[in-house]
Amino acid sequence: MNTRQQSKLIYSWYGKPLNSDRKLRTSQYTGILITSESTKTEACIQLGDFILVEGVNADQPYVAQLMDLYEDGAQHKRAVVQWFCRLEEIPQNKRKLLKREISAQEVFFDQVLGYDTDIAAETIIKSIMVLPLHLGEELPIITLNREQTFYVRQSWDGKCFKVLSPDTFSKLKEANKKRGVITNSSKAFIPSDILTPVKRETGSVVRSATKSKNPDMEIESKHSTSKSSLAKERHSQRVANNDIKTPTARKKLELNSPTRSKSRLLGCEVLSLLDDDCDSIAPLEPSATKRKVKFTSEILGSPPKIPCSNDKSKSTTETAEERQRFSETMQFSPYTKVKDFSEKDKNLHEKDDILSLVGYQKPSSQIPVLTPRSRRTCAQKTSALIAEQISMLDQEDFQSGSDSSYSSSSEEEEDDDMPCTPEKKPKSSRIFSTPKSSRKSAVHTPAKTPKKTPLQGTPRTPRTPRTPRNATPEIPRRIQAAQEPASVLEEARLRLHVSAIPESLPCREEEFQDIYNFVESKLIDGTGGCMYISGVPGTGKTATVHEVIRCLQQAAENEELPPFQFVEINGMKLTDPHQAYVQILEFLTGQKVTATHAAVLLAKLFSTPGPKRKTTVLIVDELDLLWTRKQNVMYNLFDWPTQKHSKLIILAIANTMDLPERIMMNRVASRLGLTRMSFQPYTYKQLQQIVSSRLKGVKAFEEDAVQLVSRKVAALSGDARRCLDICRRATEICEFARQKRTPEIVRMAHVTEAIDEMFSSPYVNAIRNASLHEQIFLKAILAEFRRAGIEEATVQQIYHHYVALCRVEGLQSPTVSEIMAICSRLGACRLLLVEASNKYLHMRVRLNLSQDDVMYALREE
Amino acid sequence: MRPTARPSSARAPASLREPRIQPMKPSAMNKRKLKESSAESAENISQVQKILRERFCHHCAAGKLFGMEQQYRHLLELLKRTTVHGESNSALIIGPRGSGKTALLNHVLKDLREMKQVRENLLEVHLNGLLQTNDKVALKEITRQLQLENVVGDKVFGSFAENLAFLLEALRKGDRTSSCPILFVLDEFDLFVHHKNQTLLYNLFDISQSAQTPVTVIGLTCRQDILELLEKRVKSRFSHRQIYLTNSFDFKQYIKIFKKQLSLPDEFPDESFAQKWNNNVQHLSEDKTVQAVLQNLFHHTKDLRSLHLLLMLAGSAVTVHHPLLTAADLQEASRHHSTDSKANIVHGLSVLEICLIIAMKHLNEVYDGEPFNFQMVYNEFQKFIQRKAHSMYNFEKPVVMKAFEHLLQLELVQPLERPSVRAQREYLLMKLLLDSSQIMEALQVYPNCPTDVKQWAASSLSWL
Repeated sequence: MNTRQQSKLIYSWYGKPLNSDRKLRTSQYTGILITSESTKTEACIQLGDFILVEGVNADQPYVAQLMDLYEDGAQHKRAVVQWFCRLEEIPQNKRKLLKREISAQEVFFDQVLGYDTDIAAETIIKSIMVLPLHLGEELPIITLNREQTFYVRQSWDGKCFKVLSPDTFSKLKEANKKRGVITNSSKAFIPSDILTPVKRETGSVVRSATKSKNPDMEIESKHSTSKSSLAKERHSQRVANNDIKTPTARKKLELNSPTRSKSRLLGCEVLSLLDDDCDSIAPLEPSATKRKVKFTSEILGSPPKIPCSNDKSKSTTETAEERQRFSETMQFSPYTKVKDFSEKDKNLHEKDDILSLVGYQKPSSQIPVLTPRSRRTCAQKTSALIAEQISMLDQEDFQSGSDSSYSSSSEEEEDDDMPCTPEKKPKSSRIFSTPKSSRKSAVHTPAKTPKKTPLQGTPRTPRTPRTPRNATPEIPRRIQAAQEPASVLEEARLRLHVSAIPESLPCREEEFQDIYNFVESKLIDGTGGCMYISGVPGTGKTATVHEVIRCLQQAAENEELPPFQFVEINGMKLTDPHQAYVQILEFLTGQKVTATHAAVLLAKLFSTPGPKRKTTVLIVDELDLLWTRKQNVMYNLFDWPTQKHSKLIILAIANTMDLPERIMMNRVASRLGLTRMSFQPYTYKQLQQIVSSRLKGVKAFEEDAVQLVSRKVAALSGDARRCLDICRRATEICEFARQKRTPEIVRMAHVTEAIDEMFSSPYVNAIRNASLHEQIFLKAILAEFRRAGIEEATVQQIYHHYVALCRVEGLQSPTVSEIMAICSRLGACRLLLVEASNKYLHMRVRLNLSQDDVMYALREE
Repeated sequence: MRPTARPSSARAPASLREPRIQPMKPSAMNKRKLKESSAESAENISQVQKILRERFCHHCAAGKLFGMEQQYRHLLELLKRTTVHGESNSALIIGPRGSGKTALLNHVLKDLREMKQVRENLLEVHLNGLLQTNDKVALKEITRQLQLENVVGDKVFGSFAENLAFLLEALRKGDRTSSCPILFVLDEFDLFVHHKNQTLLYNLFDISQSAQTPVTVIGLTCRQDILELLEKRVKSRFSHRQIYLTNSFDFKQYIKIFKKQLSLPDEFPDESFAQKWNNNVQHLSEDKTVQAVLQNLFHHTKDLRSLHLLLMLAGSAVTVHHPLLTAADLQEASRHHSTDSKANIVHGLSVLEICLIIAMKHLNEVYDGEPFNFQMVYNEFQKFIQRKAHSMYNFEKPVVMKAFEHLLQLELVQPLERPSVRAQREYLLMKLLLDSSQIMEALQVYPNCPTDVKQWAASSLSWL
């Protein structure tokens, strides 16, 4: 990575195009030359070689085998690879399935579905060695090129580890034998004899593809390593196109394709055929062709968009119609056969009951991007969802469609709920956390630390002697074990604490469902999106979102959903809005960089089609604090999800409902979109339900007492935190009173006392307990206000009234200094609002509460 | 003592008062009387002074609490639950200056530390709004007090953002049952409210409301309107537990407090002296004049600090020759305590300066408090001089100007705006910072004041 940054690398094809595809505008190559400008060295990587591919984390490039190289229609150099995955890429909880120690040099043959195997050739770093080994075999000791040699023993398919099949094993072995990378001076030539076998092999594959069905299967098995069906599709498609150059040969394909890949005929294929037709008449209609070419290249440039097929007859008709519409739009091409073809094609589809042309919808009805999906265990369930999603988006009406998807996912949600209730792991998603990096940093400075300790803090450290190596920030453990609640009231108090995570979130089911559906649909589609959630404090916004994430994680663990990363930032926990970048990047990759650099890296990360990247779910809490004058932080945050390859889902949380309109610029607000949700303050019934659901099984409260609290809080703010705090305080008050042998249950009296304690105005009590002269001073203020008719007076004016009042009361009138002292004391309590004291007698004074309150407080009891 | 609105002046540094009651050197004593008994009494006196000084200056938690048993129990229970059960909490202790907020907290903490199930089980972080003026400083202080800085060397003090992330990470990793509870004490809580975005408060309260390291946040403030200052999100996270301290005792209790504060403890070495001293205190508390003095103070303020100040002034009169406090001592102290600071300054002015002040007083009466300038004052003064030429020397204008500027320096007059280069000094608008009653009182006690001046002061028309 470093060298790549320092010196520019030039990627060029090695040799002539192996075979070019005029229709797809692709041409395949056997190798790629990587030339470094600064060092003048040249490296050639050929098909079948093992390579390192640039990843999200610069320290750990991905390992892969190069399967195919081609240049696409837009002159981009692309590569198709077979992935190997490192131990770090395997989820923590699955690693124990291995039951053995894994060295850093060991990788796994990756059979996880869903990874994009089509990458940009520019992401290739260099070639390496990957040696296949049998399970029992010891790692050969290789001192040379340790960095560049990996071993593979097992394959990994996302669920379990398997021993390499003999077929794969031999293929890997063969690839190693063939491996011939020459890295020497710029004049180096690659001997053609090394080249030929590769060429021949590819050629044979190509030829066999068209012959019969069996070779096709062979290709599939050969390429079963590839992670998405798309690659297979693309390959076979290209293969097919190689031989079929004339329109007459098209029939062959038509007959071939449905049978070959059952229910997997791609719209792209048909499109390319159409394209071909247009091409052939290009001289006649240059402008149309031009447009068409552009169109095609767009499709090719974004291969992940081609969705998987679906075998729902219902949607077939729908899409067929769609297709019809599309073909009508295609009629600008004078070629009459197009229509024939599409009709024929339609028949074909109806016959086979195959839906395949969803891809066409993209250009015609501008639906969001859909990623390729492969068959999985949960495919049955999700395919239904997708179908609904499509139809829903088709109507371009989210709301009307949400009802249907609601029902389908709610049943899924129900069985999600069951397993996730017993234990909650809110932090399980924090993959890269600070301790890791800080540990790293501490390892860096062990030499420094011992030198320092005697200087700075030995006297302070006797209690918890720590080695500097143990650098995880941690609060020391408690010495005595925490006591568990002993009585009913203590148990109730524990459950009523805001931090106690309830088994479910009552009264937010609808909101939960909406957010869940939103994120789930985006996850399944592999697209990005934003949602804005608003509501006054204490209405359960963050709690609901966390609950959603928890359920989604559960679902992802059960393989019902594609895996995703969860990142959370909180505007209040940032010192500066730009720190948001730093935190997001640290969560995603574990790198620690400055804010500006992090912004660049993130922009790159989200705008480039990263291979093997999971969807990211980002929660932005307290969004309003990310406001800057230029609003670039907000702009970037909401711009990323709109990028094609970002796979970023943002849930933004703030208090004000109209925040986008109020503080955001138009371009920011527009990117945030209109997916909004507002959490209404809880009504008293909901609050009551919240409290009673927490107290389920603990008889600590009278029913009426809970209702009183709920009504009181609902009338004031609807803040659930307040409600729980009052209840908690009531249990304490009850406990105080209990010592007089009353039954242990919180009654109305206790609750009323707690409410009074929290909501009563402190001013009246403060005035009543003030000293006599302070009270007279307040009276003098009232008198002066009444005289002048203005609610503001100088101390001098008040002083005159004060002296008069003292005479009436028969008290010795105090000196000005004492008056000033009284005034400043009342000012410190904020009963009065006073100016700076250097104005002395001319200092202006105002009351901080209404005159009536003062009068009420001063009234004789 | 000049009163200021700045409350901190109430806590005048003890060092200023201390030198006045330093025990006399025994060697000086021995020169005069070499009797054994006098040396003994000198020893006793110095002991008494030491005890009183500690009591009045250091505000240590040794003294008993008055009239806050309920609050004490509430706070103690709260902190006990934090330490024993690991329950997170937040609370504010609100009360006027000198109502014993810190004393209450210190008391509770002292008793808490002595409990068996609590010992060594509570980390304390003390912050003060006057010291930790922004969140960055506060975070460093927290890290230092939690002894986390040696974990990462100097790394943690990198940037503010890193520091915050580090601390939050540290606190997030803990949980209720295993982590050591942390007590955050925020003195002068109202000053933390003004930190940017209230980041620190938000995070502390957020931790106290989430399942992380058990944390209890105690804020101490004298502002009654503190809740209105909290940002809505911060306010929602605060548990709304408020412990109000009001000096709700009556005069009888005040007398008791007075006795408690003056009496010597039982463990005083010389028992007979202690007996004598305590009896004297008992007598004092029943004395009418002492009660009047105390009543007067009680009416002014219930703040125990001003009682301490009064007793300190009285106690400084105690010497070997005057071993016991008398009512006169207290009266004298009370007089000192309640003198008017500005009027005191007037006592030391020259006759010319007094005349100028009287001229200003008349101007104030004529123009009803409107500001004046030097020229107006000078004209008024000239009118007086012309009529009563025999009683006053006719000073030249620069001399009068000099006197006027002296008044300006003494802050008896105050310019309305800052003196600028362009405006002539004679025409700068001024305001008098004295009330006419203050001037008249000061003149009553002014030594050797010419009668004409006194008459002129009484009425601006006296020269007619």
